[in-house]
Amino acid sequence: MRFLFKTDYEDDIRLFPHSGYLVSYGILLAVLLIAPYMLSSYLMSQLVFVCIYATVGVALLILTGFTGQASLGHAAFLAIGAYTAAYLQKYNVPFPVYFLAAGGLTGIIGAMVGFPALRLTGIYLVIATISFALIVEEILARWESVTNGNEGMRVKTLSLLGVTVPRDSPTFYYLCLAVLVLTIVGTLNLLRSPTGRAFVAIRDSETAARSMGVNVALYKVKSFAISAAITGFAGVLFAHKLSFISPEMFTLQLSIEFIIVILIGGTFSLHGAVLGAIFIVMIDPFLTYLKDDMPGMIAGIAATFGAGPAAAGSIKSNVAAFASLNGLKGAIYGIIIVLFVLFEPLGLYGRWLKIKLFFQLFPLYKRATFKRQKIYVKSERNR
Amino acid sequence: MSYFRAENLSLHFGGLKAVDAVSFAVEKGEILSIIGPNGAGKSSIFNLISRIYRPTSGRIFFEDQDITEEPPYDIAKLGIARTFQNIELFENATVLSNLLVGRHRHSTTQLWQELLFLPSVRANEKVHRRRVEQVIEFLDLEPYRDKLISGLPYGVRKVIELARALCSEPKLILLDEPSSGLNVEETDDMSFWIRDMKSELGITVLMVEHDMSLVNRVSDRVIALNYGRVLAMGSPAEVQQHPDVVAAYLGA
Repeated sequence: MRFLFKTDYEDDIRLFPHSGYLVSYGILLAVLLIAPYMLSSYLMSQLVFVCIYATVGVALLILTGFTGQASLGHAAFLAIGAYTAAYLQKYNVPFPVYFLAAGGLTGIIGAMVGFPALRLTGIYLVIATISFALIVEEILARWESVTNGNEGMRVKTLSLLGVTVPRDSPTFYYLCLAVLVLTIVGTLNLLRSPTGRAFVAIRDSETAARSMGVNVALYKVKSFAISAAITGFAGVLFAHKLSFISPEMFTLQLSIEFIIVILIGGTFSLHGAVLGAIFIVMIDPFLTYLKDDMPGMIAGIAATFGAGPAAAGSIKSNVAAFASLNGLKGAIYGIIIVLFVLFEPLGLYGRWLKIKLFFQLFPLYKRATFKRQKIYVKSERNR
Repeated sequence: MSYFRAENLSLHFGGLKAVDAVSFAVEKGEILSIIGPNGAGKSSIFNLISRIYRPTSGRIFFEDQDITEEPPYDIAKLGIARTFQNIELFENATVLSNLLVGRHRHSTTQLWQELLFLPSVRANEKVHRRRVEQVIEFLDLEPYRDKLISGLPYGVRKVIELARALCSEPKLILLDEPSSGLNVEETDDMSFWIRDMKSELGITVLMVEHDMSLVNRVSDRVIALNYGRVLAMGSPAEVQQHPDVVAAYLGA
């Protein structure tokens, strides 16, 4: 275990506390850079989705994790980014311009959603953001002159500075990775400056934040705008990756997936967004695998325990019917959320920290280290 | 003109007069204590000053400026900081970032500069940090810098809240029961700090307090309230012997 002796205020400001971090993140970056030449095209495609989901996860962390404003409307922000890109593309607007325009427009709409949110907290804010998402979904389906309605829009292959970048090329992956890394660095910068601290202050005590001179309304709107803008950027990449977008891709379930990203990853650190994104993107092929193989597997187990061929056959078909039920995925998501909230509220990153500490302190680790402390009397009057 | 002045300040909740036409003035550099039984309207006066409540009537002046209509976040920008009776700290943040939020009124950097963390932001951060360190030294908080608030004991939290208020470099500080929940030793420390704040930092102090020994030790003047009205005003000894105050406390 390394002990840091801080000798300068710079020690608390810099992004990498010591050289070890630089080495490990350097290795991670190198691995990510050579990944396209090592992994299969399927895994590469999944990795691109991890980048996009992680970017949205970081955006949602800014709003929900650090400012404390829950949102179930991020699928709508993603949709606005995606549709802006697809629409501007029809008029041959170059990529950098519509990329920025999508982020900018989504940011402005995010700020507009932020204004009614000023008077809402907790569950009411969640309801408001859900309604916003439903409104956007409906607009996308009805505003046919712009969005092409339920038929959806085709997104042309990305062309960056005259070079076409197909959606499964390494260059597209690098682009997504760059957007993710820039988002993370920008967010870390924000969190170590006054704005980020004001966000955290609003999350923990609005009254105290106000009495310390934080303009709570302004910072809430700022948080909404930043979060939405980042989601808008991710939306452009999402549209390009899918090459076709339609309203039913941006439903409530997608918003819930984004919430799962940060809940499972951990809401207190940006690591959580990345871990959660890996989890949610990788759970899909895992579920498909289960769906294909589980009926046979369970029937096989039943057979070894003495079930006859007829019984095994009926077990197989029943399990197969269950596995292909509509809405099973949603139910599994629900169970995952409940289990994490109950047993690992700090998320995957919290689990990682515990494992790390266990080895650092071995054999002195105490389970109570991460136990949530009793919170002293907190006045509700001034809220 | 007085440094800080409340004129006919009233706060009514329906028929209940929490604060009823209270007028008082605070001179620059003094320590003024407000005492009174529970429900006398002491904390309500603080909440009126920091604009958590809007006064039903009356005006508040600070440095000859009418601040009755200022939005709550501008009160801090004018140089009025406060602490809370039931500790309002940012639970899931470190002590250091709690104190740095206290510096918020001095931050000048723009959002885009912060996103890029330009050298100007970095330089500003160091200035803030230097100020925070001065307060940490003043209140002996060195062991707690990197600790999360949620893991700290009550007494330390109380001091951190005072520290956060001091980090904003206030001209006037409002202390809402600084010694509530503290043991005798901690209360002693608090009384020294309050006097040092006046003598070393030149801060004017307005405080609500129940502990009469602390009030006697630090106050220049005392105001006694009951049922939202001023009963008596004057030196600690005068106020304690005032017949109305004795009646309010003892019910004679």
